[in-house]
Amino acid sequence: MKLMEYQGKDLFRRVGIPTPSGVYATAAGDVASYIAAHPGSWVLKSQVMMGGRGKAGGIKFADDAQHGEALARELFGKVLKSIQNPDGEEVKSLLVEEKVDIASEAYVSIAIDRAARKPVVLVTAQGGMDVEEVAERDPGAIEKYWIDPAMGYSPFIGRKLAFDAKLPEGYRKAFPSILGALYTLFMDYGANLVEINPLVLTKDGRVIASDAKVELDDNGLYKHPDIAKWNKEQPTDDDQAAAVAIGLGMSNYAKLPDEDGRIGSVGVIANGAGLGMGTMDAVKNAGGGAANFLDIGGGAQADLVKKSYNLVTSDPRVKAMFINIFGGITRGDQVAKGIVEALAGDDVRKVPLVVRLTGTNAEEGRAILAQAGFVPVETMDEGAARAVALASGGK
Amino acid sequence: MAIFVDKNSKVIVQGITGREGAFHTQRMLAYGTKIVGGVTPGKGGTTIESGQPVFDTVKDAVEATGATHSIIFVPPFAGADALWEAYDAGIALAVCITEGIPAHDMLRVVNTTPGMRIIGGNCPGVISPGKSLIGIMPGHVFKEGNVGMISRSGTLTYEIVDGLTRAGFGQSTCVGIGGDPIIGTTFVDCLRAFANDPETEAIVVAGEIGGSDEEDAAAFIKEHITGKPVIGFIGGRSAPKGKRLGHAGAIISGNTGTPESKVKAFAEAGVPVADRPSDIPKLLASRLKPVPA
Repeated sequence: MKLMEYQGKDLFRRVGIPTPSGVYATAAGDVASYIAAHPGSWVLKSQVMMGGRGKAGGIKFADDAQHGEALARELFGKVLKSIQNPDGEEVKSLLVEEKVDIASEAYVSIAIDRAARKPVVLVTAQGGMDVEEVAERDPGAIEKYWIDPAMGYSPFIGRKLAFDAKLPEGYRKAFPSILGALYTLFMDYGANLVEINPLVLTKDGRVIASDAKVELDDNGLYKHPDIAKWNKEQPTDDDQAAAVAIGLGMSNYAKLPDEDGRIGSVGVIANGAGLGMGTMDAVKNAGGGAANFLDIGGGAQADLVKKSYNLVTSDPRVKAMFINIFGGITRGDQVAKGIVEALAGDDVRKVPLVVRLTGTNAEEGRAILAQAGFVPVETMDEGAARAVALASGGK
Repeated sequence: MAIFVDKNSKVIVQGITGREGAFHTQRMLAYGTKIVGGVTPGKGGTTIESGQPVFDTVKDAVEATGATHSIIFVPPFAGADALWEAYDAGIALAVCITEGIPAHDMLRVVNTTPGMRIIGGNCPGVISPGKSLIGIMPGHVFKEGNVGMISRSGTLTYEIVDGLTRAGFGQSTCVGIGGDPIIGTTFVDCLRAFANDPETEAIVVAGEIGGSDEEDAAAFIKEHITGKPVIGFIGGRSAPKGKRLGHAGAIISGNTGTPESKVKAFAEAGVPVADRPSDIPKLLASRLKPVPA
């Protein structure tokens, strides 16, 4: 679960990371009254998930209430577009923050390093820009430290990184405690990534988190019901919403684009992410295009299979369906029952169906399918070839 | 021989009376796995229908049965606790089937359980065909033999093994290492074990897009595996470029994670990569003699 900037900063404040003063606003009038009550220079930052919002015109500066209100009106409802996000994202809320005088910008993040199986801290004195750019242009400018979770964080780590990354002297005192707080947030809230870019040193000597990027592990969200609720208020992509709506995991369904002139005309359902990807590959190898990736997961029950079928065929491109089940924890008879039930209703769009079913309880499953008039195929390659032929109108 | 698991491995089931635990306990018993008991807190002193004793704690189960291996079927929130309880009781190898354990729980577990081999989580388990199954794999697909198999996926493993078995290539041990970001046993751990296993004469590594396990595996093969042919496979090669996992993650993995990077890494290690699962037996056939069924 990715958090918006204002949500990330909420967590920053909980653990004691300094953030700019300001207010979160969903109406232009609120922006005006806040600035009126707090005279000074303010930044209006669009709260969107996409990267590159500054270049897209999502960040404005205001010196008085009237100007602030006018800019806020302009931003609310505006659709910001960037290279990373050509479809754009609508601005629904703003973060109004003090405009700070920047002396220096640094970068700090903590992420899970899968290979090392430890949290890794990244620090560079070249903050305020895309850190990938820094990595490419000047890889030596990025310092890394792998924290042993059994030992945890200790201030020497922050001191060492500040020296090694050559952070300006003004950072030295605050940095070890800010990194400690960031590590607390990372561990306590189960984050995949916490990033401050830029971590600003102001001309009056303060060190503050000017931006916040936080991505939490969905599997750990149950420990934080108050934060799990935030997710529901956020825009998620349509595929994820559709998957969750029928009881699948968020990333278990994805529509695939047409590619290399191949139309994604074969709907795909498989059990397991690996087999799902393998099935997409098989469809491509057979000269066709998969319309989607759908993993019904382990132990899927009949009702879920039915809903999955309906979800996949709701894509008008789908001209044939290939269901590929290799049972381990998923039982073949359950899958077969789901397929038969799904196709029994009048509320489904029926497309030619190829079923490959083998593994646990496959014989029972095949019997159920045969009784309903389907002939399951034996291998994945054979099934993919049949489905591709059927999708292009063949037999 | 075989690796990790053999016919003498004494196994307990953590979560033996739950729906999945009970179902797969019977399947493992039918396969011949030495299941010596199980654990469900509050049901200690009872037995399951097939006669195996149930204990309140892993420690009780280990003391009473001498179990060295455990398989874990518990809900995600209890996954880390179950692994720590197994470690505390002296279990040597724990297979964690549970899907959805928080990454940070696993981060803590793998860094605080030295000496215990953890396989998974979110994995299908381990099978040494004809000897023992500690997992949820459909046993009938597998056949005793000399090909070692490791995979990040569950169902794709069955797919590949089915093809191997049909082509006359039995398996010494198959390990599904699991699809989660933080797992207990990596490709490299398995390769190291297979390299030292005289029974294993060839190895199949079935990876997929994302992460850098395949690149690490390729580097290890290049350095340390001699005299045993290795065949690679990468699932998801037709997948469109996925969502980025965040800046820091992208830096750590650099150019790794793409199918191109993985295929290239394998090629540089002299490992042929099959375009489809059904090509794996063909690639093996020119390097190893199949045993007709």
